[in-house]
Parts: sequence; C-alpha cells; structure tokens
Amino acid sequence: MRHVIALLVENESGALSRIAGLFSARGYNIESLTVAPTEDESLSRMTIVTTGSDDVIEQITKQLNKLIDTVKVVDISESPHIERELMMVKVRAVGPDREELKRLADIFRARIIDVTDTTYVIELTGNQQKLNAFLAAISPGLILETVRSGVCGIARGERMLKA
Amino acid sequence: MQLTGAEIVIRSLQEEGVRFVFGYPGGAVLHIYDALFQINQAEPEREIRHVLVRHEQAAVHAADGYARATGEVGVALVTSGPGATNAVTGIATAYMDSIPVVILSGQVPTPVIGEDAFQEVDTVGITRPCVKHNFLVKDVNQLAETIKKAFHIARTGRPGPVLVDIPKDVTAQLAEFHYPKTVAMRSYNPVVKGHPGQIRKAAQALLAAKRPMIYTGGGVVLGNAAPELRALVKKLGYPITQTLMGLGAFPGSDKQFLGMPGMHGTYEANMALHHCDVLLAVGARFDDRVVGNVPHFLQEPRTIIHIDVDPSSISKRVPVDIPIVGDVKAVLSDLLAALEALDRRPDEAALTAWWQQIEAWRARNCLAYTPSDTVIKPQFVIEKLWEVTKGEAIVTSDVGQHQMWAAQYYRFDEPRRWLNSGGLGTMGVGLPYAMGAKLAFPQMPVVCVTGEASIQMCIQELSTCKQFRLPIKIVNLNNRYLGMVRQWQELFYSGRYSESYMDSLPDFAALARSYGHVGIRVDRPEEVVPALEAAFTTHKDELVFLDIQVDPRENVYPMIQGGKGLTEMILGSEEL
Repeated sequence: MRHVIALLVENESGALSRIAGLFSARGYNIESLTVAPTEDESLSRMTIVTTGSDDVIEQITKQLNKLIDTVKVVDISESPHIERELMMVKVRAVGPDREELKRLADIFRARIIDVTDTTYVIELTGNQQKLNAFLAAISPGLILETVRSGVCGIARGERMLKA
Repeated sequence: MQLTGAEIVIRSLQEEGVRFVFGYPGGAVLHIYDALFQINQAEPEREIRHVLVRHEQAAVHAADGYARATGEVGVALVTSGPGATNAVTGIATAYMDSIPVVILSGQVPTPVIGEDAFQEVDTVGITRPCVKHNFLVKDVNQLAETIKKAFHIARTGRPGPVLVDIPKDVTAQLAEFHYPKTVAMRSYNPVVKGHPGQIRKAAQALLAAKRPMIYTGGGVVLGNAAPELRALVKKLGYPITQTLMGLGAFPGSDKQFLGMPGMHGTYEANMALHHCDVLLAVGARFDDRVVGNVPHFLQEPRTIIHIDVDPSSISKRVPVDIPIVGDVKAVLSDLLAALEALDRRPDEAALTAWWQQIEAWRARNCLAYTPSDTVIKPQFVIEKLWEVTKGEAIVTSDVGQHQMWAAQYYRFDEPRRWLNSGGLGTMGVGLPYAMGAKLAFPQMPVVCVTGEASIQMCIQELSTCKQFRLPIKIVNLNNRYLGMVRQWQELFYSGRYSESYMDSLPDFAALARSYGHVGIRVDRPEEVVPALEAAFTTHKDELVFLDIQVDPRENVYPMIQGGKGLTEMILGSEEL
C-alpha cells in the first residue's frame, strides 16, 4: 500500500541523512522525499511517499518518531488530504508539434514558462496521476528532460501538523 | 567566567558527576587532555580519573561495562580519525544493548573539515546508524548545552550511546560557562507512565490466565525495575524466564525461574513460552534468538501483554494484544497496584496443573552433562566458579560457547552482575567490561569468563589492568577452537571445520605473567577448584589468568537450530 508520511524535523544539519539512512538501513522503500524549511525556520517539513504493509508502515512511523530530531510524524494518507507535485518538462517544439504541445499544455492547465525556437519548458502542478497522464500524452521522442519535485502533502480541513 | 572549550568539556563532566573517563589521547583532543591534567591537579578532590586503555575499542567497551554495572552513564574520550573508527565497534555494541554511554571524539579544526585533513574522518556520519544520537559542535557557545543534552539523551527513555564530535579549534576558543540544570527538547520527550486503561486490561488478562508465563529482558535491568518485578512474580506465583540480557533481575536460583529462553534456553522455559495462554513480556524485544521461527511461535494462540519504553519494540516481530508503552519500573509498579485493586486471585487449580506440567518439563534436566575425571568439562568450571564465588561475583563474558555456559550455569541472583554483548555479539568485550566493573566496584569479585579466541580480541588491555591495578580474574575456557563456529560446523556442515581451529596459540599463563600478572594453566579436572580458590585467596589482589584446558568437543545444549520453532530443541548429542 502507498502511504504519504508528513513529518516535522528540527532544521539541523544531518537530519535529512538520519531519515534517509533509517530507510536504507531498515530496508524501507522511498518513492519520493521532499524537504524544505517551514514558516518557522527552526523546523523543516518533509513529505515521504513510501509503500509497505500496514505492519511495515507502523514500524516506519515508530522508527521515524524515535529519531531525536523528529518533532512530529503523521501518515496523512490515512484521512482526506491533498497531494501536489511540480514537474517541469523540456520538450522539442518544432513544426506541427509546437502547436500540438501548446494545446496539450492548455488541456492539462500547464504553463509554458520558457520558449526558444526549438524548445518549450512546460510547468505542471498536480497529483502524481495527472503528471503521469501528461507525460503519457506527449510522444516520448519529444521529451528532452523532465524534473519532478516529489510529492508534497497536507491534510484537509482542521487537521494540522504543528510542532 | 570565560573558559576554553577544553575546560568546558571537563567542567561539564564534573557537573555530570563523572568519576571515570576511559580514553586514549591524540592530536585532536590534546587541548582536552591538557585541561583534564590541569583541572585534576588544581582540584584533586574532584578528580575525574582517566583510564588509559590500549585501544579505543576497549575505551568504549570499558565505559559500556561501567554503565552496565552501575546504571550510570559511561564516558569515553577518543581522538579524531582512527580514534573514532576504532571506537565504532564499542559504540555499536552499546547501541544494540541500549547502554547509556557518552563518547567524546576529537575532530579536525572546523576550517579544514571536509578537506581530507590528517586524521579526519566523518565521525558523525560513520556513527549515525549506531548511536541513539550524535552531535558535531561547531560553536563553543553551544558546547556545554550539547554535552548536557548528550547525557540526558543517553540516560533517558530507551538508553543508548550518544557521541559528541568536537573540532580542535572549538576546544581552544573561549566562552562563558553555564552548565544548564535541565534540558527541554520539543522533539524528545520519552513516555514514563503507562496508559492506565491498558494496565487495567493487562491486570485482568493476567488474572484470567490458565497457563501464564512471564518473559523479561534487559529492559528490566536497565530500568532498575528488579524490585517491582520480584514483587509481581512473587505476588502472582507465575513462572518466569529471563533473556540473556535480563538475567539477575529475578533471582536465578529461585524455583519460579525456569532458566533462559531461546536458542540455548532450557527445555522448560521454551516449552512454557510456547504453550502459555497469557504471556507478559517486560523490557524484552522478542529477539530472533528468543522466539525462533515466528510463524511456528504464532501457531499457538496466546494473549501477549508487552511493556516497553520503546514503542518501536512493540509488535515489531510478534503482534501484541495489550501494548503498554512506558518506563518499566513505573508501569510494573502501576500494574501491581492494578492487581491489588482488582480483588481477584489467580486461578489456583489451573495454576497448579500448569506448574505440574512445567515440573514435568523441568524433570528432563536439560542442562545435565556427562561429567569426566579425565578431561575438564566447561560446564563444570562454571558450576565451580559459582560455588567458589558463592554466586556473588560480577561476571563478564565474551561471545561464543563460554558465554552460553556462563549464562546457563552461573545462577545470577542480582541484576547488573552479568555483563555481556547480547545484541551485537562482540568478541573482545569481556576484559574491558571487567575493567569498567572493577573500577566501579573495587570490593566485589569480578570475573571475565572467556575463550582463547575472544580474549585475543582485546588482550592488550592486560596492560591497562596492570597500570590501574585491577585484580580481575580471567577464566579462559580454552578449547583450541572457535567453539561456537566449530559446533555449527559439526551440526550443520558435516564436520567440515573451516578455519575454526586455532593453531599457534600463545602460552596464556606466560603471556599474563609477561604483563606482570599471575598466570596459571589448568589441565586436569581436580585442579579446577584449587586454581579458582587460589585466584580469590592467595592472589586476591592480583589479576589472575586461569588458562583452563577444556574438552574441545563439548557443545552447548539445549539448542534450537536457526529457523526452527521453540519446541524443536536438540537436547544433547544423542538426538542428532
């Protein structure tokens, strides 16, 4: 099962390697991991997408909690939540493809943020499925480069992850 | 008043009440060693005794042994680079057994960190997976607070080693010294009290049991919960088994104690563990060496109550019905109160029948061995050691067959009397553990039960023992083999003894004498008791190395093969 784990950690050097090291040492999967400081600069917030049985996910959250730098851990995929990921795709945009890519970007509510005679950079935000669908819609030969941020997640409504 | 970083380190140790530092000097810690020298000279009444080991691995082991014997935080001090890498085995050993140790390591000066400077290594990176936490202190103003945090983290919650890496320039810089009285960390607040509702449920389950069993581990020793455990076991009248790490919390010579569980546990302990209907696990972690094959263990339905300070230990390998997270001492005392409040007694008839069954298992006498008057049996040596020391010694061991025999045949009646590397299984810990224990308790007999292979992994510490006059008694069960390896090769590799025979062994007695100690070689069974007695009487104040030539073919039984279930024991060679 896929799970999205959000955590607040002390913004200390080494905190990220403690968490990455925990996953590799105990053989847990990381599908994606994002990290950045929060509005409180002493804290970083991470979103980790991982897969595993319920027992494994329980162990992951317990082991994350056990790290001294970890302030809070929540499996946000257990309740209503929102996931977003940012992707930038550099595509070959010449001839008839140029117009087709523009149309495709509009359909997906993506934005073209860099234009040259031969290329576009298309920015797209959404959940993973939407990003995957966009990539699938472009013929593979046109994709020059993709970069994805990994998933960020937040709970809906009054549920909050606060120190 | 402004102090240098080095002075802050020593003053902080004073504030923590540290009596011993086990260490080895080197370039990056020279300022710290100088501050230690000067402060000790100025204030001899507050002396922090530095114990100069002969290898940094032994510094951490000795600090770890001191912590195991006393319950206080052990302290080790090592230099950068190889000093730190040598310490890693010691740190990992302490980590696996949850022992509170603070390791101070020197580091190259901050401006050259990352430049592959002389004796530079990423100590914080290397030790990260085997410490409870670690710190690199780049600002002298944070040094005192960081050391305070290190001690706090090491000793609270599930204890463990904490490393503080201190660059050399930081130890020379000046700062105001204020040692904080308390620590508040938003990210670290270990649970102490157990959930009252869960404790009530546990009390009810315990009293409803027909075939109850209590299974305890190192957590009871670490949590100083032996009095509460004894009160509980006596109140209920239930059988108890204690793991390798838990021995002594409940008296080993008490009838309610069934012996150790697991791979080399007793028949009665394993059978009772398997067939019980309510299992109370306290400060134990259902180690693979204890439960054997997990699906096999789970075939038998039973209600499991698990008390542990570390939530991640609960339901890690075996699913638990009534988890209670909290300090073992606090939870056991609340559990006792909950049992009182319930005004209900255990089911006497069921309990009598259960004890009858257990006595039938016990009657198999699984620890019996074939005595000999021509060759020395290792089990016999441990039995005699128990008699000669009246069961009151602090016994350390290394890792292997001798470790299992010591655990099986020396009946520990008190906690913190049995020091060994249970989790990591580190050969070489025995002698440094004995050093830490002897320094802590100079009046108590301290015995290192070892083998000719293990002892050679830290034998250089015989020199430290001479310098610090530590009259440790070393019982070397010399079978000329890596005994446990040989045993597995005999049982599972058709007797192909690949590299398990030790040729060219030294004359250990002469070697001990060359370090200035007493060395005695023991060849015949009738020499064992006189040699042991001489060690504790004639040579009371000297380190005595007893090199005892034991039966090289003896195996440790009972035994559960890897992957087998608890009820699938081999009781002796006749069953092979």
